[in-house]
Amino acid sequence: MTAIIELDHATIRIGGRNVLADASFAINAGEFIGVLGPNGAGKTTLMRAILGLLPSSAGTLRVFGRAPQRGDRTIGYLPQVRTVLPDLRVRGLDFIGSSIHGERWGLPKLSHADRAMIEATLEAVGAHELSQRPLSEMSGGERQRLLLAQALIGNPKLLLLDEPLISLDARHQEVAIGVVRKACRERGITVLFSAHELNQLLGTLDRVLYLGNGQAALGTVEQVVTAPVLSALYGTDIQVLRADGHIFVMSRGHDVERDAHMHDHDHGDGGHDHHHH
Amino acid sequence: METVATTTIITDMFAYEFMNNAFAAAGIVAVVSGIVGYFLVMRGQTFAGHALSHIGFAGATGAGLIGLAPLWGLLGFTLAAGIVMGALSDRISNRDIAIGVVLSLALGFGLLFLHYYTSFATQATALLFGNVLAVDRTMIATLAALSIVTLLALSLIMRPLIFASLQPELAEAKGVPLRFVSTAFLAIVALAVSECAQIVGVLLVFTLMVGPPAAAQRVTTGLWSGLGLSAALALSEAWLGIVIAYHTDWPVSFCIAMLSALGYFAALAASTRHVSRAQRTA
Repeated sequence: MTAIIELDHATIRIGGRNVLADASFAINAGEFIGVLGPNGAGKTTLMRAILGLLPSSAGTLRVFGRAPQRGDRTIGYLPQVRTVLPDLRVRGLDFIGSSIHGERWGLPKLSHADRAMIEATLEAVGAHELSQRPLSEMSGGERQRLLLAQALIGNPKLLLLDEPLISLDARHQEVAIGVVRKACRERGITVLFSAHELNQLLGTLDRVLYLGNGQAALGTVEQVVTAPVLSALYGTDIQVLRADGHIFVMSRGHDVERDAHMHDHDHGDGGHDHHHH
Repeated sequence: METVATTTIITDMFAYEFMNNAFAAAGIVAVVSGIVGYFLVMRGQTFAGHALSHIGFAGATGAGLIGLAPLWGLLGFTLAAGIVMGALSDRISNRDIAIGVVLSLALGFGLLFLHYYTSFATQATALLFGNVLAVDRTMIATLAALSIVTLLALSLIMRPLIFASLQPELAEAKGVPLRFVSTAFLAIVALAVSECAQIVGVLLVFTLMVGPPAAAQRVTTGLWSGLGLSAALALSEAWLGIVIAYHTDWPVSFCIAMLSALGYFAALAASTRHVSRAQRTA
């Protein structure tokens, strides 16, 4: 199998803090990887490093067998920190349209093919009606679906989805996961999907990448989601309970994932206040 | 009879060269202001635009001190300030307090320059509130040339500018040089502000650069329709403002400011009604 993302004793520092220290792992082509870990564990930072937006301080990070390159068109990205201007009355079609060759100089142009592609992708994520609606009238979940559709456009080989389930209701979470799984299985796209809740992804993910305490653990759920591994990553005593096909990661009687998830929802509408550093 | 009367009222105005000049200058500047302002509103940087015009006031009065035409001082100061604000983008351009401090400092310097160049004081009102009726042919040519430069520069960066405005995180990942784009844009805003100040004065640049685009964004959500409507609104408000001023003897800038506010609140009311109706049916 070919490695799409390869870290070899890689250290990624940001603001004088090691987000990842001496981490080594490899993600293979076509894998669906669930990226989990406590808040601030470096999920966003890892994705930004893969995008070539951060230098790795030591060791090597390889993407498609070479150093990460900023502006790589084969990577689809759904960022977690989303600057949504409060009163932006741009319709969904133009919002996504802005990203299509948005890095080119000159006047914006949307060909009929571009439009058709946007409409078709919106249809696939169950968000067709958003193409004509202004962004300022969309709920957090609707914006999220818009962004997911955008990440899928343009035949990416690698999808970096940073918390794509935030502010989606249960039904749309299922739709979102389904759409990404389909892209992964049918088009062989490698997916890094970060989330707070492991359980929703259990039936879909191939392997799980847990981040925490500057360390990374990549493996199957059985290998990684265990009390010893997670205790080291969280830096606290973690218990893992399995019941009825679900996995609960508990710390002193609290479900850490659920707590983190609730915490995130508090910020859900003001997502732009999040700092990813 | 009535049509004859209306026609004379209109043709009457064009008997004066200063009126023709006013219409030409206001027309050129309004279109540029409406278009550049559209992006200012989209990026939520209207306050930065306001600050640039105040900094321009210091430039204009400073130019008077050393014997230059105010327009060149205005241009020099706003351009320099725009580029500095863009270069410091993360730290300053969206920070209201920093901008507020800088703009009051600039106004203070403007006052200081006026203090030392007292014969210039008569022009202070014109700088602050504009004097479109005093525009001459040379100024029109200058404004036209500046407008072409402004719109050309804007059309060169428009695509990445929109991308970077709507989705900076993704634009950065896709290779858009965010800092360059925002600096170039603020330089373009500086050009537009300098032109706009010739018509409505530094204190009222909002009337042409923010009112029309904000109104346009309330009623349309498409990019090109929004840009077109913004330019058309700015143009009609500027021209209608001159017409009203001609017949009432009120200051032109007041008339334009009034129309700009009316246009914005009308658009706001229209879109609010539209939204609440849509919510009821949904």
